[in-house]
Amino acid sequence: MIRVLYFASLRERLDCDAESLDAAPSTVAALRRELATRGAPWAEVFASDQRVLAAVNQTMAGDDQVLTDGDEIGFFPPVTGG
Amino acid sequence: MKVEIRVQANAFDPLAELVPVHAAGPQVGGVVSFVGLMRDLNQGDRVHSMTLEHYPGMTEKALAAIVDEAGQRWALDMVRVVHRVGEVLPQDPIVLVAVASAHRGEAFRACEFIIDYLKTRAPFWKREQTRDGSSRWVEARDSDDAAAAGWSNGAEATPSGSAEPTASGEQT
Repeated sequence: MIRVLYFASLRERLDCDAESLDAAPSTVAALRRELATRGAPWAEVFASDQRVLAAVNQTMAGDDQVLTDGDEIGFFPPVTGG
Repeated sequence: MKVEIRVQANAFDPLAELVPVHAAGPQVGGVVSFVGLMRDLNQGDRVHSMTLEHYPGMTEKALAAIVDEAGQRWALDMVRVVHRVGEVLPQDPIVLVAVASAHRGEAFRACEFIIDYLKTRAPFWKREQTRDGSSRWVEARDSDDAAAAGWSNGAEATPSGSAEPTASGEQT
């Protein structure tokens, strides 16, 4: 099982702040593809031309990062702190 | 290197935050600090207030990693980072970065490095409420990415891509 969290404008567009998925896709990219198959608004949010950042276990992660059972994945828009 | 990182909903007093940094030790020759304030104008609209969201857990981890990297690049005695979350009002301090070092050059560079990296790597998001009652998420700026990228080659000097305020920019 993996835990997936959504933040800021993504959370609002998806109307979802967190969920658990039974099976972990192999990589961050695979998870993005899986989420994009859910139809609107998921398909638009996770379309390849959208800039959605990812973190695995609270560290910024690239698309090729491998996922394992128990991971926490966060998706969010480019950050605007400071 | 002494490190203090706080993410908090409460307001803070930037001058009071500097007192322990100034007292970091007899070897300290200089303290450089940056305070980011909320502005009441963004993209031509009067902003009434702003709400800062973050990713609890990752935020602290990301800030610690940024400060740690600064400590590897420069000889620093103390670093303090304070960042607000929740609702902030115009003129409120949003972020403080304070660096104590034996020499000013290292303190200046480390302070700018930390705020440049914070703005592109720490998971905070601003939502602003305008005077007319509407609200919107603040868009990330390319100039912030450019400023952070200027440090990525390990350069010791101030990056040429250092962020400058733009006509459409928000604060800091």
